[in-house]
Amino acid sequence: MSRRPPRQHPPAGDDGQPGTALSHWRGRATDPDADRSRAEDDSPEAVARLRGRSRALLRDLLRPHRRPLGVAVALLLAQNAAAMAGPYLVMLGIDRAVPPLRAGDPGPLAAVAGAFAVAAVTEYVARRSYLTRSARIGQAVLLDLRQRVYGHLLTLSVGFHERYTSGRVVSRLTSDVDSIAELVDGGIDTLVAAALSVLSVAAILLWLDLPLAAVTLLAFPFLFWLSRWFARASARAYRHSREAVALVIVHFVESLRGIRAVQAFRREPRNQQIFVTVNDEYRRTSLHGFRLIATYSPGIKVIGNVTVALVLGYGGWRVLGGATEVGVLAAFLLYLRRFFEPMQELSQFYNSLQSATAALEKLAGVLDEQPGVPEPASPVPLPAGPGRGAVTFHAVSFGYLPQTPILTGLDLVVPAGQTVALIGPTGAGKSTVAKLLARFHDPDAGTVELDGVDLRDLSDAELRRAVVLVTQENHLFGGSVAENIRFGRPDATDAAVQAAARAIGAHDFIAALPDGYATEVHRRGGRLSAGQRQLVAFARAFLADPRVLILDEATSSLDVPTERLVQRALATVLRDRTALVIAHRLSTVETADRVLVIDCGRIVEDGPPAHLATTGGRYAALHRQWRDSLV
Amino acid sequence: MPAQRDGDPAIPRADGRVSPLRNLWRLRRYLRPYAAAYVLLLLAALAATGAGLAVPLVAQRVVDGPIARHDPAGLLRLGGLALLLGLVEAVLIFIRRWSQSSSSVGMEATIRADLYAHLQRLPAGFHDRWQSGQLLSRAISDLSVLRRFLSFGLLFLVLNVVTYVAVVVLLLRLHGPLGLLVAASAVPLFLISRRFGRHYHTASRRMQDQQGDVATLVEETAQGLRTMKAYGRGPELADRFARRARALHDTGVGKGALLARASALFDLVPNLTLGATLVGGATLVARGTLTIGELVAFVSLQLMLIWPVQSLGWIIANGQEAATAADRIHEVLDTPPSIVDAPDAVALTRPAVRGRLRFEGVSFRYPGSAEPVLREIELTVEPGETLALVGATGCGKSTLLSLVPRLYDVTGGRITLDGHDLRGVRLDALRRLVGVAFEEPTLFSMSVWENLTLGCPDATGDEVRAALALAQADFAYDLPWGLATRVGEQGLSLSGGQRQRLALARAVLGRPALLVLDDPLSALDVQTEALVEAALRRVLRDTTALLVVHRPSTVALADRVALLDGGRITAVGRHSELLATVPAYRAVLAAEPSPAPGLVRS
Repeated sequence: MSRRPPRQHPPAGDDGQPGTALSHWRGRATDPDADRSRAEDDSPEAVARLRGRSRALLRDLLRPHRRPLGVAVALLLAQNAAAMAGPYLVMLGIDRAVPPLRAGDPGPLAAVAGAFAVAAVTEYVARRSYLTRSARIGQAVLLDLRQRVYGHLLTLSVGFHERYTSGRVVSRLTSDVDSIAELVDGGIDTLVAAALSVLSVAAILLWLDLPLAAVTLLAFPFLFWLSRWFARASARAYRHSREAVALVIVHFVESLRGIRAVQAFRREPRNQQIFVTVNDEYRRTSLHGFRLIATYSPGIKVIGNVTVALVLGYGGWRVLGGATEVGVLAAFLLYLRRFFEPMQELSQFYNSLQSATAALEKLAGVLDEQPGVPEPASPVPLPAGPGRGAVTFHAVSFGYLPQTPILTGLDLVVPAGQTVALIGPTGAGKSTVAKLLARFHDPDAGTVELDGVDLRDLSDAELRRAVVLVTQENHLFGGSVAENIRFGRPDATDAAVQAAARAIGAHDFIAALPDGYATEVHRRGGRLSAGQRQLVAFARAFLADPRVLILDEATSSLDVPTERLVQRALATVLRDRTALVIAHRLSTVETADRVLVIDCGRIVEDGPPAHLATTGGRYAALHRQWRDSLV
Repeated sequence: MPAQRDGDPAIPRADGRVSPLRNLWRLRRYLRPYAAAYVLLLLAALAATGAGLAVPLVAQRVVDGPIARHDPAGLLRLGGLALLLGLVEAVLIFIRRWSQSSSSVGMEATIRADLYAHLQRLPAGFHDRWQSGQLLSRAISDLSVLRRFLSFGLLFLVLNVVTYVAVVVLLLRLHGPLGLLVAASAVPLFLISRRFGRHYHTASRRMQDQQGDVATLVEETAQGLRTMKAYGRGPELADRFARRARALHDTGVGKGALLARASALFDLVPNLTLGATLVGGATLVARGTLTIGELVAFVSLQLMLIWPVQSLGWIIANGQEAATAADRIHEVLDTPPSIVDAPDAVALTRPAVRGRLRFEGVSFRYPGSAEPVLREIELTVEPGETLALVGATGCGKSTLLSLVPRLYDVTGGRITLDGHDLRGVRLDALRRLVGVAFEEPTLFSMSVWENLTLGCPDATGDEVRAALALAQADFAYDLPWGLATRVGEQGLSLSGGQRQRLALARAVLGRPALLVLDDPLSALDVQTEALVEAALRRVLRDTTALLVVHRPSTVALADRVALLDGGRITAVGRHSELLATVPAYRAVLAAEPSPAPGLVRS
């Protein structure tokens, strides 16, 4: 069980967000980790751990590309060599080819020009091929990263997604990946070229004049100290700005998705106010990051320029004293500039790396999240054969929050093929029973079994083939109506899709849509009402043809005749299948084999509806009420 | 999968006829507040370049002057000058970067806030068509592309062009014919730039659209997570994602290849020009029309052109990305909100409203679809009356309701409130008068309080308590933090019935003159339904209300019932009348379930 011990709730008005002014409208989350993955924590050890993990992730992503990376670096070296050869050849041409030319011999000039052309073409080829390759490597890394994170998010439990929110998921896979793309786009180029020239120039400096080089070395403690300051400050800054942009995205996505409510309730000004606040917080945090690099980069420049001035003074003094040649000083000064200029580029690279690392930390945090409902290491197959689908709840206890249990020690045996209706007041735990059977969550104690197999031992694919849950939230994915029905069984033929729609009574309205079954549900003309969406969801479940069907308030938006049609269709479907039906309408309940009245997580009445109606219990009272309501 | 952009023909796409940079140029209004800062940073950048160039000159002086003359004081003086220049350069760079960061980040934030404000003004019809991932990628990714262009691309474009022109002018003065040769190299550079720019423009637009597609799928996945889990369709979604991410990858690789080709050419052209200068210059020197010193000076100066030309590749790439990002942003900003206040709109106030709602020959067609949903609706709801709307699934009941708060505008006829055409009433006044509960209760991941007071931010605790009591939603006080508890996104941590009751409480809060409730009790259990019904009956006594209902039990709330069939109102009257006289009504609302063989055992 991965359920954690309860943590202390954060103090009021601060839910761990930057800027406490933001938090009051958001309300207080019931889970203190609502806004982050579990791996993200404020303690220094956790920060260090996550940072290590994100670097490990980066290494892991690059590992398959070691060989292409090596080739790319070789090409880059070739390009740099060719680029340096160019000016040298020009000077060579002027020095050596002009006198013979004066003498009427164009041979040396032609030779130099030829060599120059070769260098230019080499540079062209090497540069082009290097850039193409590095783009390919970078894109492959991004593709890998996107797929890893998306794939992992699919395995995480409903519970995780409920607290993490869709906006944050979107933010991880868009904005965070974008900031890694920035590093990938131009990073390697700068790093290799700059490192190369710094190293080679350092060697030349040492070789030219040792005491002057020693003066240059004095710069290093300062460079180191400045870089360490920048590393710490920028890590913090970028971490904040990643979180701030996530809040912008969360608000943006949610408020536009609910735009009808926003407009109907004139929420626009307040939304704008909130948006401006989160947007400004994002502006502030990114500005902070940009200002750090705006300080760091000129800081490096100061160190470089001061060193140049020192070398100039000290070197001049040495020349005056006769310890060094003038030519050496001149060369030293020239190379010194070549030494510090790439430092600027390195500082840029370091900045991109810091920003990408902050994003990688967020992604590593998500990847580190353990699925709350893990796949079994060695799955057990369901016993084969027709007419299966026996469900057993054995001493099941469960609560969404540790301190508020919903179910305590629930025992329930549903024989294969039985249709069971669950009724009871709101919050009694009906939907929880449904979710446990669909394994959206695992019980805190006890077991849920299907045909004698603990759900935790079933592979996800097998479980989903056997158990299908239809709820009020009937999500239709982008795509055609047919594709949405086929979601129930991806290999179904068009005829099977239509048959399912017909069986459930959805065919007529689908056929009347602008493009029939091919109508895109999210496009113009494809607007479906809540009732129509429920019908599509039913057709989907019908097509999926599971052993156990769970219906949680699945017919609430249907009109009476359609509901009846659905019920009639279900009668056929459910005859040899196990079904768990949660419905508020007694017309649905009455058709069940057995009714369970649930209150406070316990079964308080259990029996066939006709029998319960006569016993004078809660069901009988409800039944009477319902009869009376039928005008 | 094709980029599902918008498909709205009303929006003109940037094509060959308009300048691809037009939309980028239009964003200059956001630059205006930072104009002074921009001039400053440009000057600082130029001065820093100058200071940077001066340091080696000073070094040269040191070698030629004090050292040659053995003058330690002069050495100290010039060394001090070098130090000063170096510090000045660093300070200037600091000034440039500092003001650059505040202006570019400030502009990004302003455009984003404007974009959001505009999106909030655009009607539901717009949001039906646009996928939120496409909107999001505009608000986040595209804007950061713009920010990068404003903070680096634009600056270096200016700096490099200035450097290029200055150096070429110097070269021309140094030696006319050779200078012309170098100046002529601008022609191939221009041709390469144009070609590269055009191709990159297309690729960058495709990439941004595909980023939107990826964002859309991600958001949709998070939204439909339960459905995905319920059917175990992770592998299919992963495939779908892989296809989109792969498309994005392919475009990225293609873009990389384009950039690689152009960058390499931008390297080759100055090199070849240098080669030509060498051959030409050497020949001239051989003929005696040029001295070696002049040639050396010419070549050294020409070497200064390499970096500005080389950097053209990424500057153009950056500029094109910014241009397509600006196009995409303007596609949204250029869509005029179709539902706005008329110039002479009146502000009706609550006390002045009696609440007579009339549909006069109302027709409605969703934009882009051929078939009208509603045809010639004639319907009157008298002040204080409750009218129930009944009809088969998908017959247009919810659409009819959404016309009242003007989430959509009628496409024919008109709707009047106390004789005022709704389009002549100020939107905020109208929406203040109308309380709405949708078929799907929309909740946001905010506190319960904030969710309840969407429409009345200044509601008092007592008003909220009364509304919650009416909707039988007192459970809200028992949540872990009471009304301050954050309800999960879409309120998923609450049961369907709880969400519906919160939505109902929200609709009745602030005592609207007109209640528009879409199937307000569908998700309630029988007991709660009876309690809510009783409370609702009290509110409905003196409020004009239009309800959509599916169940016979809820019809009892209404004074009269209207039957909607095939987009028309086919019958209006009392429930019992219609039940007795209209077979179609009986079919839709017959209370008795017809026996379904094999299921009914009672």
